[in-house]
Formats: sequence, C-alpha cells, structure tokens
Amino acid sequence: MTDTPGPDEAAPAEQIGLGAPEAAAPASAHPRNARSWAHKVDRLQPDLREGVRGTNVAGRRLAGPVQGFGKMWQKTYRMNAGPGIAPAEAISIWRKHFSEFWPAGNRFSTPITNITPGDVALLDLRIGGGVKLSTGVFVLYADAESFTLMTPQGHLFAGWITFSAARDGEDTIVQAQALFRAGDPLYELAMPIMHRREDQFWLATLTALGERLGAADPEVEISRTCVDSRRQWRYARNIWHNSAIRSLLQAAADRRKRGNKSGTGQGGTGKDDKS
Amino acid sequence: MSAPAVTMDVRRLGHGVPVIDIKGDVTAACEPVLMSAYEAAGGGKAPWLLLNFGGLDYMNSGGIGMLVTLLVRAKRQRQHLAAYGLSEHYREIFELTRLDEAIAIYDSEQAALSAAR
Repeated sequence: MTDTPGPDEAAPAEQIGLGAPEAAAPASAHPRNARSWAHKVDRLQPDLREGVRGTNVAGRRLAGPVQGFGKMWQKTYRMNAGPGIAPAEAISIWRKHFSEFWPAGNRFSTPITNITPGDVALLDLRIGGGVKLSTGVFVLYADAESFTLMTPQGHLFAGWITFSAARDGEDTIVQAQALFRAGDPLYELAMPIMHRREDQFWLATLTALGERLGAADPEVEISRTCVDSRRQWRYARNIWHNSAIRSLLQAAADRRKRGNKSGTGQGGTGKDDKS
Repeated sequence: MSAPAVTMDVRRLGHGVPVIDIKGDVTAACEPVLMSAYEAAGGGKAPWLLLNFGGLDYMNSGGIGMLVTLLVRAKRQRQHLAAYGLSEHYREIFELTRLDEAIAIYDSEQAALSAAR
C-alpha cells in the first residue's frame, strides 16, 4: 500500500512553484439541508431502553461500506404506492411508524417515536435457531423525502440504507436502497443466507408499508448489483466486534446467571430470555 | 424525475492532474453526470483525481453513496481520490460517514495538487 501525505503534510504553494493560486472557495457554510444531517459522532452512546437488549452498540464506531470486509452490494427494493399519496406523506408515515412495518419477531427501538438525525436505534433481529442478534443503527440523514440509517461496528453489514419516495409519472414509488459489505469474514461466509433473509425482510416490510399507504396490491421489485467483487482483507479483524457471536455469548451468560440464581434460591424467574 | 441541478466540469492542473469542478446539488441522480466527468478526466488513467467541492450547494446521503461507487471504480484502477473546497459542514459529513478514510481531504487546490505530484 502506498502512503500518501495527509493534509498536514502537504507542501505550501510557494514550495511547489505554483503561480497565482486558484483557491477553491469553500461551499456555503450552512447548506439548506444542514439540519437533515446528524452531527458528527466518534462513538455511539445510546440510552438503554425497554423492550430491546441494547447490547453491542455503546462505544462502537460507525462503519460504512468503506470499512466493511466482504463484496460491496447495492440492493434496491421498490414498491409502487400508487397515485393516492405524495412522496413526502409516504416518508412521513414511514418515519413515524418505521418498526410497525417490520416482520414479527424483530424489534426496533428509537429514543423517540420519529426517526431523527443523530438518533441511535437499538435492534433485536431474529437470525434463526431462536437466537436474536442485538445491534443498532444510527440515523445519518432525514429529510422530507428520504432518510438514511448507517450501521455500527459489529452489525451484519457495514454500510447504510436509504429509504426514499419520489414521483414517477402519476405514481409514488417508495424505495429502500442499501449499499453495504458484509462486516467481517464470518458474515461474508453467511452472505448467501443473509441475502435471502434480507430480501424476505424488506419484501415483508414494503408490502406492509404499501398496504398502509393504500396501495391496492403492493408488489415489491428487488434488484441486486455487486458494486465491488473484491474483499477487503485489511478489515478481517472486524470479527472482534461481531454482534452475532457476542449476542450468542451474552444469551448463554444470561442463561447461566439465571440458572445459578434459581439453583441457589435467589429469586430466578425461570422464564426464557425474551430479549 | 427532474434533471439533476449540477454541473461537473473537467480541467487539468500541472503535470496533467485532472480535477472535476462540482457545482450545484449532489444527489444519487447525478451519477450519470459524475461518471461522464470521470471518463472525460481519463477514467482511471491518471494516478490521482481531484474533486473540487468549492461550488457544492447541497448534498444528501444519496450523493455520499454515489461518491462511494466512484471510489470503487478509482480503487480498481489503483487511482487516488482527493477532495478540497469542502465547507466545514460537509467536511464533517465526510468524517461522520468515514469517507475521509478513503478520500483524502485538503484545504486547498494547492495542497491537493502537491500531494498528487
């Protein structure tokens, strides 16, 4: 890998023999969508919330497609919501009721009821075998016609997903578009299964959303493009943060703790872990 | 769909380093404009490609995604991308999305050019 000088190491203009500098005037300090973006964060610090386990998020950095391990994919799920609803209205409903359209068994908990830039949502995702993967997402961007969620370290995917709506002729097209890599080598091995599960997840979600928006018979189109077929081996160590492994270990530790308590008569409930 | 409100002009600096001057709104709808500009800048032939955001009015998350796909194309050709002219706000967005780990950010055209030479 070639090292390139960073901004602080660049030689001044005089040293490199430039003539009259063609300085770039920085763009407007306050662009019109400045409030649509989250403020910069180095590490996520969510509050604990009822209804989700809330592990594997605190202290994690965000991880975009640049920081992932596996092949880079762009997946698009599109649904025609018909002419009866404006794009902004469709997005407003989706933002306010985001988790209500999810398939049963998965949980999404935000600090407030709407999706707002800078929020950290905590997730419990059903991954099969009775196991739930605890992770989160960060609300990177939200405006009247779109919003974007970005993943933290340890999530199945390193990337973001943008939900948007736009007019196409008379109709409003609602779309979820993800740009991501598998977060680490283990997730990459599981990608054939994860693709299938993700497709089922968003198919069910968009169908439920379409019904709520008044579409007569919502049909979801799915397209998948491999944007980069190379794996990024320098990010193989992301596996240290793998939320699936950690969720399994956390569930086992919880069960052991409950077993010890009930064995010593210290008030264990004996109930299964519902988180 | 309306036409994207953006222009992307290509020029060459010293030693033939290409620069794309981005003016207007950068959204996912700009992808054909950006890819045309990329080809006009020689595709992956130059070892460095500079992106001048001095005329950027607006960028949404779709625009950031489009830059990631440009980055993939450039990396395939072992080409470095550098950006300058970013306002403080958009510099923070590059840092937030960790795009700055793959696209080097410079304070000025001179600084970017000196890295590229």
